Amino acid sequence: MANDPIHQFQIQKLFTVADVGGVEIAFTNSALFMFLTVGAVAAFLYFSTAGRALVPSRWQSAAELSYEMVANMLRDGAGKEGMRFFPFVFSLFMFVLFANLFGMVPYFFTVTSHIIVTFALAILVIGTVVIYGVMHHGTHFLGLFVPKGVPLAVLPLVSAIEVISFLSRPISLSVRLFANMLAGHITLKVFAGFVGSLGALGALGIGGAILPLAMVVGLTALEFLVAFLQAYVFAILTCMYLNDALHPGH
Amino acid sequence: MSFFVTEALAQESAPAPAAPAPDTTAPQTAPIEPPLDAGAPADAHGAAEATHSEVGHEAAGHGGPFPPFDPSTFASQLVWLAISFALLYLLMKRVLAPRVGSIIEERAGRIADDIGRAERLREQSDAAIASYEKALAEARSQSQRIAAEATEAAKAEVAAERARIEAQLGAQLAAAEVRIGEIKSRALAEVGSIAEETAAEIVATLSGSAPQRDEVAGAVSAALGK
Repeated sequence: MANDPIHQFQIQKLFTVADVGGVEIAFTNSALFMFLTVGAVAAFLYFSTAGRALVPSRWQSAAELSYEMVANMLRDGAGKEGMRFFPFVFSLFMFVLFANLFGMVPYFFTVTSHIIVTFALAILVIGTVVIYGVMHHGTHFLGLFVPKGVPLAVLPLVSAIEVISFLSRPISLSVRLFANMLAGHITLKVFAGFVGSLGALGALGIGGAILPLAMVVGLTALEFLVAFLQAYVFAILTCMYLNDALHPGH
Repeated sequence: MSFFVTEALAQESAPAPAAPAPDTTAPQTAPIEPPLDAGAPADAHGAAEATHSEVGHEAAGHGGPFPPFDPSTFASQLVWLAISFALLYLLMKRVLAPRVGSIIEERAGRIADDIGRAERLREQSDAAIASYEKALAEARSQSQRIAAEATEAAKAEVAAERARIEAQLGAQLAAAEVRIGEIKSRALAEVGSIAEETAAEIVATLSGSAPQRDEVAGAVSAALGK
């Protein structure tokens, strides 16, 4: 178990809540960390801004920085009208970021290392895009699949490609985040396992364990970068997709 | 996937019975996850496959399917993700985003206000400087005017005084010249009698006899007349 790199992804049932038509709904370690993530995000944003200082403290500065980063991202990506989705995009960014960062704490569960979680978030994004797009633009929303200035002869082909690209968005959005978190954690665990097993071999082994140890240190730094970067990528792609819902004309 | 789990595999290779004996199947994992190991035979083993599917949906043991792809956990995760994310969204929409946003807006407003006030103050100080410079220029021109006037007045006064003194001096000079002329003419008039007396004396001394007054006067006037 100590060296099993898959063990960290186990869903562990803490207690069963309900049984709906033979499908058990259980409160698991994953659910626990989802709520921890939500709690941490809320606590961070709430308490860091408790001072409401004109000249912000470090914590307040961090909260304001993340707010303004997402706000600028959304304004640049989806225009001024996109700001109505700000709470949604900011929630997504903070949720993914904090879930990823929680995953970096040893023995903590990584919520975003499960495809179903990232896929659900991606479907939420695409669902928002489709529902908002159809509600506000009606059939005009389908103009998304008909690029302007394309010759009529190749239009069916281009439209088919556009449709496929649109349908693949939730998959690419979810798999990117999921695969990054999964692969990073497995790699970390495998190298950390090398350190342990080599160290057990005596003096020579301890010497040899230095290399994977250095790798683990470097990978840890890299994983922190990836944790932030994937949250950023998820948020910025969300902004771009929302732009399609707001301005399907191009 | 199963090559990752060699250690655990050995213990779980035998088809595990149903629920009640988790501790015997996987001692290491037992304290943390007793119920999960219940239906946890290795699916790498075909023999166990039937048991696995019958025993249930919590097949998340080490020998079970790769955890992220285990559909039996999907429902639970989706439910709790929906609840937790909805909670976060509501908190964000109602409390957190307005809270952080208002602080940022407040600051932006405050900065704009301060810049506006600084602009106003600058305009005021510019106006004050302009009026000060205007007053300074006025005062300077006035002082120049006063100085010029004073110089003019002084010059006029000096000229008048000088004219007065010159006139006075001229008058005195004229009077003196008149007096000199009088004295001169009087002296010239007396020269004849003095010369006569002197000549009479000289003649008397030289000849021993006093000459006639008429002769002397004639001689003197003849000498003067030359």
